[in-house]
Amino acid sequence: MLARLPRRLPIQAFQARRPLSTTLQRKSDALFVHRDTPYNNPKIAFEFDAETMKRANEIISHYPPQYKKAAVIPLLDLGQRQNKGWTSISVMNYVAKLLEMPPMRVYEVATFYTMFNREPIGTNFVQVCTTTPCMLRGSTDILNTTLQHLGGIKPGQTTKDGKFTVVEVECQGACSNAPMIVVGDDYYEDLTPETTRKILDAFAKGEKPKPGPQSGRFTSENSAGLTTLTTKPYGPGEFCLPEFS
Amino acid sequence: MLRIVSTVSRPSSTGRLGKVVGSQHSRRTFASTSAKQADITLTVDGKEVTVPQGSALIQACEAAGATIPRFCYHERLAIAGNCRMCLVEVERSPKPVASCAMPAMPGSKVWTNTPLVHEAREGVMEFLLANHPLDCPVCDQAGECDLQDQAMRYGSDRTRFHEITGKRAVENKDLGPLVKTSMNRCIQCTRCVRFANEVAGVEELGTTGRGNDLQIGMYVEKTMDSELSGNVVDLCPVGALTSKPYAFQARPWELKNTESIDVMDALGSNIRVDSRGVQVMRIQPRTNDDVNEEWISDKTRFAYDGLRFQRLTTPLVKEGDRFVSASWEDALAAIAKGLTASGAQGDEIQAISGHLADTEAMVALKDLVNRLGSDNLALDQVGGTAPPVHGVDVRSNYLFNSTIPGVEEADAILLIGTNPRHEAAVLNSRIRKSWLHTGLEVGLIGERIDTTYGYDYLGGDANALSEFMTGKSEFAKKFKAAKKPLIIVGSAVAEHPDAAATYNALSRYVELNKSTLVTPEWNGFSILQRVASRPAAYEIGFVPSKKASTTKPKFVYLLNADEVDPKSIPQDAFVVYQGHHGDLGAQLADVCLPAAAYTEKSTTWVNTEGRSQLGRSAVPPPGASREDWKIIRALSEVVGSPLPYEDVLEIRDRMWEISPTLVRYDVTEPTSAEVALAGLKALSVRTTGAKISGAIFQKPITNFYQTDPISRASVTMAQCTRSFVKGENYGFSDIGKAPEAAFA
Repeated sequence: MLARLPRRLPIQAFQARRPLSTTLQRKSDALFVHRDTPYNNPKIAFEFDAETMKRANEIISHYPPQYKKAAVIPLLDLGQRQNKGWTSISVMNYVAKLLEMPPMRVYEVATFYTMFNREPIGTNFVQVCTTTPCMLRGSTDILNTTLQHLGGIKPGQTTKDGKFTVVEVECQGACSNAPMIVVGDDYYEDLTPETTRKILDAFAKGEKPKPGPQSGRFTSENSAGLTTLTTKPYGPGEFCLPEFS
Repeated sequence: MLRIVSTVSRPSSTGRLGKVVGSQHSRRTFASTSAKQADITLTVDGKEVTVPQGSALIQACEAAGATIPRFCYHERLAIAGNCRMCLVEVERSPKPVASCAMPAMPGSKVWTNTPLVHEAREGVMEFLLANHPLDCPVCDQAGECDLQDQAMRYGSDRTRFHEITGKRAVENKDLGPLVKTSMNRCIQCTRCVRFANEVAGVEELGTTGRGNDLQIGMYVEKTMDSELSGNVVDLCPVGALTSKPYAFQARPWELKNTESIDVMDALGSNIRVDSRGVQVMRIQPRTNDDVNEEWISDKTRFAYDGLRFQRLTTPLVKEGDRFVSASWEDALAAIAKGLTASGAQGDEIQAISGHLADTEAMVALKDLVNRLGSDNLALDQVGGTAPPVHGVDVRSNYLFNSTIPGVEEADAILLIGTNPRHEAAVLNSRIRKSWLHTGLEVGLIGERIDTTYGYDYLGGDANALSEFMTGKSEFAKKFKAAKKPLIIVGSAVAEHPDAAATYNALSRYVELNKSTLVTPEWNGFSILQRVASRPAAYEIGFVPSKKASTTKPKFVYLLNADEVDPKSIPQDAFVVYQGHHGDLGAQLADVCLPAAAYTEKSTTWVNTEGRSQLGRSAVPPPGASREDWKIIRALSEVVGSPLPYEDVLEIRDRMWEISPTLVRYDVTEPTSAEVALAGLKALSVRTTGAKISGAIFQKPITNFYQTDPISRASVTMAQCTRSFVKGENYGFSDIGKAPEAAFA
């Protein structure tokens, strides 16, 4: 009996660190500390280009000079847009410098808001809504389709060609057109696995499909056809006394 | 109202790191609050209580005698209201309210001891413990842990959380050689963040992430570079931030607490010395709003391990070129013989008192030297063998007249040749507090320094002071217009070649502006001493006469003097060193007498305000060492001139004769405006016609962590020097990352 043990439990198992705690570690899905990497370290220079700078100054001018720091979120967003969709440590440092606030205050903001990507993302940033209304309307299928269509990646990952990053997100406020995904800044709603694939293919080719409901209906009108407000709305002056018409 | 409007994003002065982001020019955003408001009355647990308007509800409850559990609330920090432990029931409120974040309202009825409150506390505690590791047996905080105590008192006896995903795991941060982190234990009260940002001026500490993933840290890898960083250890209500040097050294219930006084700087911070047996295990602050509030500097807190190394434990007599240990009798006889053999007469007998000399010993030594016919009483500082330029006849010429709390009343501060951050770190936090919350303007003359607040730089030398006095610069105008201006002159100015000229200029300036600077209510001319013994030395007149200062000594008595220039001591002189560490002074000596360090003797210390405070002995002196004044008393008998006091009460009577303020403990006695002005007048007359050489006022302390024999002997302080002064990364990170079991 004992003689068989070594065969069952390879030696390596004993060499590993002794588990003192039997509780599982609950890991968070993002890292909330910065680690210097070749692609993300404070030595990489970042500066707003002329166009962004103009917009940044416009935003800063909305606030009293001593409360410049109020512009931190819009400025980080500008920085993220200029920096290929992600907020590197250099972007945060630059914004801190621009707004004359301690860098830590910017890091706090950037780590708090999930829409600041602190790791590089693909050209097309696909956010699949999986909150309850979308889930009831089949967002699980949409998510699976998306992931499979992009080569079997997992949520949070980027495709090998660097064209797509897929993440699961919470409610985007388009429940009436569920299920939906967001690609870049645009909503693609009323999806089916087929339309999802079509959209992804279009993006893969570098095209930009028309945003909005993919089922053909106009915004969130009744999908079974209009039941009210079917007639032409009357215009100004109609049905009024002559002196007011 | 009570909430301090986010003040933490002030352009900072910046540590090394802040320089990356040069945010020096932005404007201050300050919230002004009206100073004094009416009182309001409310009912807590059926008891009527009156508190000032704007008080938090928790303060009203405290005033009514109700104990409110809390984690995040702290009187000296901004209110966060995020731990939810201080919930109380308020009439007509649908839910329990967080009493720290709720202003006390007139006429409201509050209950702190109802089933609703109990249940609320139990619920909060359950949530706090949901992610808190059950590692009290290996946690340094155990026994003095707020979470532990409050869980016992207010918590439930079991949890309903059995999450299969386990507890939150957060990686430990490396905050340097002083603060050890164990972030799994953190309950996110953010006290440390608020302390670092508001008090210490370390704006690199913050919270990253959100919700359950919120964690405390710097986001990027950095150490916490502040002189006050040790205070976060006290503030942390759990074991997340603990002291690295004290890690696994002792348990709180094993320690004997002795209330004493710190001597690492001249503030006289109130401390509690925790000892076990004959060893000082740690030093903690004691609350004293007039001195150190409840903070102490890292040197005060962590230099205690220096008390264990390099100690003199037996009397040593030099034979040839080596020290041989001797009995007290032999050592004292050797001194008596040396004194006769040296042929020192009158002023040729010199006594030099060093940084850590206590008042009793200095009084005894002065008496002894005077009895031997000498006035040659020197101080262990640059130019200490000459009478100080400011004289010692009028107290206000060398004391911090505005008093330490007075700094917060000042609306303009001019720093001259001083770096309060290193010379009096806790005082510096008061300046920062005032600078953050009021419109305080700070100007600096002297070497540029890295403060924790912004300042107008006026120049580096005495010429800049002359320019300031012409009143043309913007800061000079503001200073003139200020209602309570304050001039803080560093103690190093008196050691400077331009001392006479500077003091002359200052005394004239104060004379001219006496309507604001010296009034019966306010004395805005303050000298910041940086050495614990110096104010007492001036108080008792431990300074040479003019004649004595030119005499070449033949017999030198070094009382704790470790900064002396070896060249200043004549080769043929007979040198006695009395002190507790084998530092520089002992090397020069012919006879070394082992004395007690500040934790080993009950003596008087006078701080820079002239406040006498009584230090108390926590542990016995090691080996054969004795209390300082007793050694001098014994020596006086051997040299044939016995001092007329035999116990500590008699020597305190003698101190009372010299100056009653020396034994009126814990109070400051202000100098009247007339006397202060007369003192400055005499000073300006004495220094008329002094020339300005134009040398820069150098900062006297280049390495905050090593300024005296104790901190120089301390391993912790050496590590701090490497980490913070030299900026080396010397592998402390690795220690923090090893599994906890590796230490145990």
